[in-house]
Amino acid sequence: MDKEYVGFAALPNQLHRKSVKKGFDFTLMVAGESGLGKSTLINSLFLTNLYEDRQVPDASARLTQTLTIERRGVEIEEGGIKVKLTLVDTPGFGDSVDCSDCWLPVVHFIEEQFEQYLRDESGLNRKNIQDSRVHCCLYFISPFGRGLRPLDVAFLRAVHDKVNIIPVIGKADALMPKETQVLKQKIRDQLKEEEINIYQFPECDSDEDEDFKKQDAEMKESIPFAVVGSSKVVKNVGTRPVRGRCYSWGTVEVENPHHCDFLNLRRMLVQTHLQDLKEVTHDLLYEGYRARCLQSLVRPGARDRASRSKLSRQSTTEIPLPMLPLAETEKLIREKDEELRRMQEMLEKMQAQMQQGQAQGEQSDAF
Amino acid sequence: LRLPETRTDAAMSELVPEPRPKPAVPMKPVSINSSLLGYIGIDTIIEQMRRKTMKTGFDFNIMVVGQSGLGKSTLVNTLFKSQVSRKSSSWNREEKIPKTVEIKAIGHVIEEGGVKMKLTVIDTPGFGDQINNENCWEPIEKYVNEQYEKFLKEEVNISRKKRIPDTRVHCCLYFVSPTGHSLRPLDLEFMKHLSKVVNIIPVIAKADTMTLEEKSEFKQRVRKELEVNGIEFYPQKEFDEDLEDKTENDKIRQESMPFAVVGSDKEYQVNGKRVLGRKTPWGIIEVENLNHCEFALLRDFVIRTHLQDLKEVTHNIHYETYRAKRLNDSGGLPPGEGLLGTALPPVPATPCPTAE
Repeated sequence: MDKEYVGFAALPNQLHRKSVKKGFDFTLMVAGESGLGKSTLINSLFLTNLYEDRQVPDASARLTQTLTIERRGVEIEEGGIKVKLTLVDTPGFGDSVDCSDCWLPVVHFIEEQFEQYLRDESGLNRKNIQDSRVHCCLYFISPFGRGLRPLDVAFLRAVHDKVNIIPVIGKADALMPKETQVLKQKIRDQLKEEEINIYQFPECDSDEDEDFKKQDAEMKESIPFAVVGSSKVVKNVGTRPVRGRCYSWGTVEVENPHHCDFLNLRRMLVQTHLQDLKEVTHDLLYEGYRARCLQSLVRPGARDRASRSKLSRQSTTEIPLPMLPLAETEKLIREKDEELRRMQEMLEKMQAQMQQGQAQGEQSDAF
Repeated sequence: LRLPETRTDAAMSELVPEPRPKPAVPMKPVSINSSLLGYIGIDTIIEQMRRKTMKTGFDFNIMVVGQSGLGKSTLVNTLFKSQVSRKSSSWNREEKIPKTVEIKAIGHVIEEGGVKMKLTVIDTPGFGDQINNENCWEPIEKYVNEQYEKFLKEEVNISRKKRIPDTRVHCCLYFVSPTGHSLRPLDLEFMKHLSKVVNIIPVIAKADTMTLEEKSEFKQRVRKELEVNGIEFYPQKEFDEDLEDKTENDKIRQESMPFAVVGSDKEYQVNGKRVLGRKTPWGIIEVENLNHCEFALLRDFVIRTHLQDLKEVTHNIHYETYRAKRLNDSGGLPPGEGLLGTALPPVPATPCPTAE
């Protein structure tokens, strides 16, 4: 028996050890109109106070505000594993009276990260590529509407092929249980109708036990997650302290699965699917972007769009370097030429000055 | 009460009894053996007016404005304890959001204590629901002015109806989304445009998402924002008639409003009583419990104490402003549709008051 044992079953452990050493990057985007509890939820999910010093502008200030993209970074360490979490926020989204095209800066931002990665990947020094691509977008839907609003649909359609979308119903304590079910079903129907692709949680392995499968199915059925966030701890008489919201008629417990889907979201997003979100971003969404990008170049032997799977990734090494769009390369070359020219001019000037200085010096010496 | 001197006055007093001037000197209390003091019996006019109102009934037109899903229809049904809004009629909840703002008026006659009220609820589906909501208040402003125009036309006729049907909007409930931050730009724009032509009562919808502290902070911020932008909601400061009104209204303006409300058409059993409310896994929210929300305050305000005043301000102030502007524009009252056979010129849009 022993002679058949090769030993590569230990590979996962090796990978694990390497990633623990290397640490883990994750970029999470949060989007949706203001006032849906996004910041509170993020603070609750990651037990941080990322938005402590935030100033929320009043309505008159927001009359002329345009959408901005904000990035916040935080390092979280737990169980020896370091996670460098980057949060991308979109303040101003959906606030104005006229929100036409307000999602364009967001689309542009996501594509910029892809472009940066594409450049880095095509560059010479690839050891330390920083992955700033957006791995997941938590999109907040209002509990007060009757499903997706026109703006929600427009945003989701603009980004669903560029980022993993996890739809979330914010401030879900506004809804009674039946209302939550109706709203979730309405949103699911609308997503299907509008052909919006949200992140698909992968099927669990066939060798998992029944309980796990059942739990997994329940979690999938609760999408979009109806969440409530809170950074306050409530100490009710006779019960242990919990994080929640205290009302005159009762207390909502954030981590109570009968009250909201916070636990499900946390489990699926943070505890089990962080890695998968990164992989899907890389293997599917980024590859899609890359293929479209290269496709749009005018070059012989360009591959067709059908090649989006991992396998074809390997086969595209047939395309000769450089991988950057021709126009870009030419531009870079021109810029470098300009720089060189300027530097040469400066050198000549300096030389001339030095010579002058020497000549003057000789003259003054003479006197 | 002034003796009617002209036809106009008589018509007006039938529709809207003039507010009784508050006596400068408090009247001596009348007791049963007051014949020695010379009791005339003028104060029975109140009883006469009451009986007349009961016989003729009265009109009340309430408009609701706000994004879809804020509970407007439910709230109005709860206010009048009947299925009076769009939600109850054949309108299907699954209908798509209209692409432009629509104005839908539904009338009902409800009766209480022998008094008949012809209630019209004016709904505005489509407001604030599009991606581009610029000028979405225009159809609403137009509707309000059209009702004033209708009334003006009737008033100006040579042979007028005994009782001009009143379709003017007496009260506009504006639903603010409970974001907890502040008003949204659209809220400001709407109220800036409409507060000069109609009585606006801002309410915070679906207030069961805010804790007591959050509610209080939010209300303060909203009040401040409205003040900073020069928006006067009902009851407007400038129309307080006397000190009594001012004190009462000041308290409402500075502490209670905007009312944070919750509406419901479902009943649950709480402590042996059946109450209107919302049942959640963490408790039952009772709509009429003042510890839970301010629905009861809104109801008392709009129906039990200020209903008549809402109508009076609409008639004496908003309508008169419109009328004066129209007369100025058309250079004097035309003698009436019948004589010249011409319709009055189109309704001018109210210029937006610029924020100071």
